[in-house]
Amino acid sequence: MTISFLLNGETVALRDVAPTRTLLDWLRETRGLTGTKEGCNEGDCGACTVIVTDDTGSRALNACILFLPQLQGRAVRTVEGISGPDGQLHPVQQAMIEHHGSQCGFCTPGFIAAMACAHLRGDTDHDRSLAGNLCRCTGYAPILRAARAAETAPVPDWMQTDRAALADPGFCLGEIPSGGPAGRGVDSPPRGQHPQSADELAEIYAANPDATLIAGATDVGLWVTKQLRDLDGPIFLGGCADLQEVAVTDSHIRIGAGVTVARLMQAIAPHHPSYAAMLRRYGSDQVRCAATLGGNIANGSPIGDNAPALIALGATLHLRRGEVRRSLPIGDFFLDYGKQDRAPGEFVEAVTIPRQPDRLRCYKISKRFDQDISALLGCFSITVEDGRVQAARIAFGGMAGIPKRAAHVEAALIGQPWEEASVLAAGDAWGRDFTPLSDMRASDAYRLATARNLLMRYLLEDQGAPVSVLEVRA
Amino acid sequence: MSVSESLPHDAARLHVTGAARYVDDIPVPRDTLHLAFGLSDIARGRITAMALAEVRRAPGVVAVLTAADLPHDADCSPSAHDEPLLSTGAIHYHGQPLFLVIATDHLAARRAAHLAVLTCAQEPPILTIDEALAADSRFEEGPRLWQKGDAAAAIAGAPHVVEGVIGIGGQEHFYLEGQAALALPQENGDMLVHASTQHPTEVQHKVADALGRPMHAVRVETRRMGGGFGGKESQANALAVACAVAAHVTGRPCKMRYDRDDDMAITGKRHDFRITYRAGFDNTGRLTGVEFVQYARCGWSQDLSLPVADRAMLHADNAYHLPAARIESHRLRTNTASATAFRGFGGPQGMVGIERVMDHIAHVLGLDPLAVRQRNYYAAAADGGLSAPHAPAARPPEGISRQMKPQTTPYGQVVEDFILHEMTTALVASSDYHARRDAVAAWNAANPVLKKGIALTPVKFGISFTLTHLNQAGALVHVYQDGSVAINHGGTEMGQGLFQKVAQVAAARFGLSQGAIRITATDTAKVPNTSATAASSGSDLNGMAVRAACDTIRERMAEFLAEYHQQRPDEVVFAGGAVQAGAHRLSFAEAARLCYEHRISLSSTGFYKTPGLAWDRIRGQGRPFFYFAYGAAVTEVVIDTLSGENRILRADILHDCGTSLNPALDIGQIEGGYVQGAGWLTTEELVWDAAGRLRTHAPSTYKIPAFSDRPEVFNVALWDAGNRAETIYRSKAVGEPPLMLGISALMALSDAVAACGPGYPALDAPATPERILRAVERQRGCGGV
Repeated sequence: MTISFLLNGETVALRDVAPTRTLLDWLRETRGLTGTKEGCNEGDCGACTVIVTDDTGSRALNACILFLPQLQGRAVRTVEGISGPDGQLHPVQQAMIEHHGSQCGFCTPGFIAAMACAHLRGDTDHDRSLAGNLCRCTGYAPILRAARAAETAPVPDWMQTDRAALADPGFCLGEIPSGGPAGRGVDSPPRGQHPQSADELAEIYAANPDATLIAGATDVGLWVTKQLRDLDGPIFLGGCADLQEVAVTDSHIRIGAGVTVARLMQAIAPHHPSYAAMLRRYGSDQVRCAATLGGNIANGSPIGDNAPALIALGATLHLRRGEVRRSLPIGDFFLDYGKQDRAPGEFVEAVTIPRQPDRLRCYKISKRFDQDISALLGCFSITVEDGRVQAARIAFGGMAGIPKRAAHVEAALIGQPWEEASVLAAGDAWGRDFTPLSDMRASDAYRLATARNLLMRYLLEDQGAPVSVLEVRA
Repeated sequence: MSVSESLPHDAARLHVTGAARYVDDIPVPRDTLHLAFGLSDIARGRITAMALAEVRRAPGVVAVLTAADLPHDADCSPSAHDEPLLSTGAIHYHGQPLFLVIATDHLAARRAAHLAVLTCAQEPPILTIDEALAADSRFEEGPRLWQKGDAAAAIAGAPHVVEGVIGIGGQEHFYLEGQAALALPQENGDMLVHASTQHPTEVQHKVADALGRPMHAVRVETRRMGGGFGGKESQANALAVACAVAAHVTGRPCKMRYDRDDDMAITGKRHDFRITYRAGFDNTGRLTGVEFVQYARCGWSQDLSLPVADRAMLHADNAYHLPAARIESHRLRTNTASATAFRGFGGPQGMVGIERVMDHIAHVLGLDPLAVRQRNYYAAAADGGLSAPHAPAARPPEGISRQMKPQTTPYGQVVEDFILHEMTTALVASSDYHARRDAVAAWNAANPVLKKGIALTPVKFGISFTLTHLNQAGALVHVYQDGSVAINHGGTEMGQGLFQKVAQVAAARFGLSQGAIRITATDTAKVPNTSATAASSGSDLNGMAVRAACDTIRERMAEFLAEYHQQRPDEVVFAGGAVQAGAHRLSFAEAARLCYEHRISLSSTGFYKTPGLAWDRIRGQGRPFFYFAYGAAVTEVVIDTLSGENRILRADILHDCGTSLNPALDIGQIEGGYVQGAGWLTTEELVWDAAGRLRTHAPSTYKIPAFSDRPEVFNVALWDAGNRAETIYRSKAVGEPPLMLGISALMALSDAVAACGPGYPALDAPATPERILRAVERQRGCGGV
């Protein structure tokens, strides 16, 4: 497979790239750029953060779970390219020195990349943009001081060249073969293909149903870096622009499977702010800017955070195999642990959410607030009319082998007065809906008790009581 | 004078540009090989067969070694010679290295390591404290017992008694840079090892033994670590030994770095503890006697567990005078990774025990826990803990009543430098503690779902290695003829800023600016027989050793220049980058050149040993510590009583660094230590399953504090008041003590839970949402989850 991209402003063209070679390994082992560090090799610590730019903008990504083919036609900037061409320090680098933001220094290049990316975007929500970078030395206080100090400094010229270079019509990174439909492919057997549309994907995938679809690689990346698996003919979805569309009509919000969680967060915020607030705690910026809605659903995880929210919103999932499309209520997609209603060669094309008055609240419970996998996630949408529950859609992650609706609880609520007594009366129904597991994130008893309590939280929040520790100040 | 200036870390510019080299960043020769361990997938048993043919056939594999293939007995233990590099048949824990894969690249080695077919005779593992007690599985012949007076009688005669138990979880170091080593074979069979270690001399020793060579055949270099926290004190040995042995066998350079999951499975962590307590006290909350039983889960090998458990006993008093005490310590051997050094080295666990007692007493008496704490503080030092010349002007006046006879710790050391009365008064004022405590109560009365809590806890931490002979350090200083200075010492740089502090000392001794001083990588060929950079001792020991070396050179220069210019040596002054000899002024470079030309030696070693230590660890009597470092923190938290979720809202800290060598670096240690300590007691939970597998072996499942977990309001100040002991520029050690400021977060959470009902919360650590919810439900009488 041949790919080309910009690295710190210089064009790189690579031939015969193993499709699952990670950017981090390539930078460090092949290119000798050792500034970018490996901290965990699973996208959870941010030490390998780099800036990746394409025609839609710049974002911080984890290089450890970014495969080289995902960079095709994009620009990468590592810590070595964040200093100026003559060694001038970037404002965030200068501020980190002045505010003593590095101690052991190992996480620092990742922080610098994340900070420089936020600086480039004019993003001053440091709690959000740095949630994906772990530091074990400083307690973060001096890093925050540095980030704030650099906010008003102008963006250095050299940080603006990537976007300009990619936009320059005279600039050409070279086209790569898409891989083409199976049987006619340039790569045969396919070692990695790049469909450029959903139609092309449908054709390739129907012919190669054992292939691995890779969008953001925030999950599949770990199959390679942690499970040490060989991937069978990966298909990279980044070129399928038509899978990356969000369309809002009077009746529906349609989200393409290739829409990143970061974009979904923005798109859903005006309609369902609680969903967006929950996604703010889904992974980190580095993960959200790579991970896609389709990937989060298709991997079938019982703790994927999108599915419960979408079930509570009554969303519809759209699947496609070749030219055959079908749609089903999203909850029906999850059959059993590790088993989904998806035929070989069939892929998630989009999700549609019916427009509705916003009654959704998403409560994500985890040991740590940022970048933690949910112990449980409760999503509630309860409609009340004349003081009584008229409709209820309640779905949970982390409570069963699949994202699951609390049908008995819903039934126990419907028609009841919307008050504490009804919530308590529904208490027994929880045990009928869920028999959760105990694992390293929480015990079964905690999960069940908290799920029950979250319905109370929903009621209390509805009544205007303060229920979120995130909104309390000293 | 560069001492006490807030200069940046010496490598800050290298850090922010990505140019700072860690072991895995060192360019290696083309033929370098890469290693990975094959690991045990059971917790206890014996290997009956190990089929490695598939491993050997795997792409890129050059060799596979088992214990039988090693040229010499390769042991990795820092203490008891009980850690074979590779299992010799017995399996002691899940994740134990069994064989070593040597391959052409890192990924090939990792992949091949998974291809072994192991046949094992499994035995039921001993995993928990209770299982170890039942099996009498322990280190040492029985529990250690230290006593002061008759605690049982004192408790029996007390008006009130509390008793209870607290579980305290362990902690993964989570240094961002995983363990790594690189061995480069030299001529004559010698070995050069680059290791990410806090203890280059021990690596040298272990490598030499594994190669069957004297120590002079092995040179270990450590430029920096990407974090250590105690996790690279003994845990770095295995990789360095593996690399050296593999390099010896293959004749090629060998490098090893653990994948993060392997790192967390293989290496030791902070000891988890259970502490039971019984305390007698009067109506004012003053202790009459206390009994502790400390159970430490040590894992499979002895490692550093004995001194760790000793230090837990040594901090069972924390800041409080115990009129009578009985402290019993069990060091339990379990089939888990060997618990090891971790910032505080047992001290934090011991301190949590007595802080729990204080909190519990206050709850029983309905008093502000701070009042109980202050009432039990050691008597104030007569001079405020200071040598006279160092007392600053603006200090709170001392109450006459506090000036009592100095009191002794349970281990017989007189507490001569106790300054927490004044520090607490100052912190109470600066944090507005009393008004905020009232405000928290009012807020809680108005909020049924969310509850706030607030707590102030102190820290008194003993400074010195308790193994007395380790309290020594060496240095090597060169002045070159151009006036530039290179300094070297036995301490290692893991982010704490040791190199920077020591460079500031050297700059001050020569009257030079920072730019003239270069600190070089720690190197066993330059300074031999070093102690681990541990026990917070780095700048105390190495700063003194470097000072001694600098002063030797300075005296030689002064003596020569005095004679040359017909002055008295004490009239030669080194300042401002110049040397003034009477009316004659030379730049330091000119002076160095002149000395060189007149054949004056411009190189010197320096040596330091801490004075006045005497310690009998079996009897638990003596003076193990040169001095104490102090601090106090106020933490305010909020909890959700429906989910147990919680946040640290504000932390106010006043910490004693003596006369700080570099206030910015010290504040960095305090902020970082607090957050690391709070993480230990809140989100950081280690979970093993019934088969002895660590289930939290990656950052996806083990949650250290993230960016937004720092306290939103975070006020840190230094108690800048010198050190009574004669330390380097009267500074104090700062590496470990601030971690224990995080105990205030646990106590604040307990305070918040206490607002939910009449009982005592008895909150275990780490106080995860689950533990908090369970405690809340107990408080509310709901039976709990």
